[in-house]
Amino acid sequence: MAKLPKPEELSKIDYKPPKTGCGWRETPVQFKEGMYCFGSRPKYLEEVGFPNAREWKPNEEDWKLPENWKDIILDGLKERLEKYRSFRLFMDICVRCGACADKCHFFIGSGDPKNMPVLRAELIRSVYRKYFTPGGKVFGQWAGARELTYDVLKEWWYYFYQCTECRRCSVFCPYGIDQAEITMIGRELLNLIGCNTDWIAGPVANCYRKGNHLGLEPHAIVSNLEYMIDDIEEITGIRVDPSFNRKGAEILFVTPSGDLFGDPGTYTCMGYLMLLHEIGIDYTWSTYASEGGNFGFFTSMEMAKRLNYKIYAEAKRLGVKWILGGECGHMWRVVHQFMDTWNGPADFLEEPVSPVTGTRFENAKTTKMVHIAEFTADLIKNGKIKLDPSRNDHLKVTFHDSCNTSRGMGILEEPRYIIKHVCNNFYDMSKNATREKTFCCGSGSGLNAGENMELRMRGGFPRANAVKEVKEQHGVNMLANICAIDRAVLPTLMDYWVPGVSVCGTHELVGNALVMKGEKKRTMDLRLETLPGMEDSEEEE
Amino acid sequence: MPTMEFEGKQYEVDEEGYLIDWSVWTEGMAEVMAKQDGIELTEEHWEIIRFLRSYFEKYQIAPMIKILTKEIAKTMGKEKGNTKYLYELYPAGPAKQACRYAGLPKPTGCV
Ligand code: SF4
Ligand code: SF4
Repeated sequence: MAKLPKPEELSKIDYKPPKTGCGWRETPVQFKEGMYCFGSRPKYLEEVGFPNAREWKPNEEDWKLPENWKDIILDGLKERLEKYRSFRLFMDICVRCGACADKCHFFIGSGDPKNMPVLRAELIRSVYRKYFTPGGKVFGQWAGARELTYDVLKEWWYYFYQCTECRRCSVFCPYGIDQAEITMIGRELLNLIGCNTDWIAGPVANCYRKGNHLGLEPHAIVSNLEYMIDDIEEITGIRVDPSFNRKGAEILFVTPSGDLFGDPGTYTCMGYLMLLHEIGIDYTWSTYASEGGNFGFFTSMEMAKRLNYKIYAEAKRLGVKWILGGECGHMWRVVHQFMDTWNGPADFLEEPVSPVTGTRFENAKTTKMVHIAEFTADLIKNGKIKLDPSRNDHLKVTFHDSCNTSRGMGILEEPRYIIKHVCNNFYDMSKNATREKTFCCGSGSGLNAGENMELRMRGGFPRANAVKEVKEQHGVNMLANICAIDRAVLPTLMDYWVPGVSVCGTHELVGNALVMKGEKKRTMDLRLETLPGMEDSEEEE
Repeated sequence: MPTMEFEGKQYEVDEEGYLIDWSVWTEGMAEVMAKQDGIELTEEHWEIIRFLRSYFEKYQIAPMIKILTKEIAKTMGKEKGNTKYLYELYPAGPAKQACRYAGLPKPTGCV
């Protein structure tokens, strides 16, 4: 695997366009190790019926494409131009004003002009012009058009897998051109000829077969949660007792499977378990709808729809009233923007009402799915849970808005509201790097593999810089978030650029601060680390 | 697909050297993989590899770190039930390196 350069080297970024002797349209793509993911192994594609399953390597000359690959792509492009008016519009209306050019974290972190959103779109737009506009057909390159060649295809793959579909660029575009959607369609087209990544195809296949990205089977899910429950008991003296696949429960709880497996997601998961136990609601976990996230979304809309289907199906089977969802990023983009039209209407469910506060979640009227940050913020607002924020006093916390929950659905205040009630030390990052202008973690949309570490560290560079600023100003040592990919990737990013900052889900902080009925004196946090000032009391026991 | 040679036979591995089929694994393979990383497998290493194998047989996935540390604490003593100890044995990370020696696939998804 490619060796990751040291931060001192990586931060020397050259923003001058490379001198290639010809225009960008003719410059063939150079595959640089560390900047791209492995191609998918055939097994994963076969398992979900994706085309052209074969052994292939992105950096090799021959991608083993079907002979008529060009027709497949152009037909696919035509179909999508007809199907998605937004896409057609995005292909037509860019005025190349350049407002988006320096807004992408991958451009900021790499200096590669093809990572400017406008140019990323141009990769596909130039082909669109050639085959679908009169001007491009006649005037060719004079009208910004170019042939779809093997090199162009490779360039698509390389750069559509250097975009995290984060949408930051669209915030700055006067026309609202959404590069994320262009990338999604680009990836969808590549998927038609089997050009996928292993790191995305693996979870997709797992999720299709076993219900979640990790491939956790029902007994593994229950067992993992039981270990967490043991820890909760050790910390609080209280044994929480969640149910699984229980028919007739009022609420179904669905969270990304990362929370069931990887640290620090497991601490977030402990936070959910404690909170949902303490407020005593009638809810159930499912070992079937055991994934909130949706890596299918990083391959094609159709696959995302197939994977998403099980959530409503399970809600129906169990006969619940509504669905509560955990801290995840792209899960919510899918729920918020697509689920209802793909697999809804879920009119067998009821409009969600908090059984504790009576609050009606009108924003979830159609999807019937409530984000746990909204749910918990509402509990706090109505004074329904007792909190002792001083238990988080050893933490100086900042909050990373994940692209999907902030730009994808407008959850900006709720997590901050929660954090301010469960922690005494909260410091927001620069307004240019938070809320709707948040910088991506650099590893979203399925780019959180290991072999593309240089890309990840480059893409996360602007985010890390903003964290560094609050670390230097306020001594921030904890980066909170509400996304499982964040929890998986930000620790690596922090260790690389801003050592000394840890990462947690927001509900881990809630779990620490939550005063539970009948609990013993807390001497440990959810990581089983001794709380400051409690060193002695632990020995007494 | 890349392969690894062991006792004159070729076995399929992925790009990072993880065995494709966990069931063809034998103890000798772990020795070979470790040697390539300059590690001599001790009884402590083997305790972990054996636990990983038996866990995988039951759950079809590697255990989460929390489970690994707790089970190690149970069998090998409390002072060894922590990630620091695991990293001492497997500097490239217990989830990655130890799983690879044990012939198990790498976990994928939001991890
Ligand atoms: S900001 Fe919008 S219109 Fe301007 S170059 Fe970027 S995509 Fe085109
Ligand atoms: S969606 Fe995000 S990653 Fe993609 S081009 Fe825009 S800013 Fe860059």
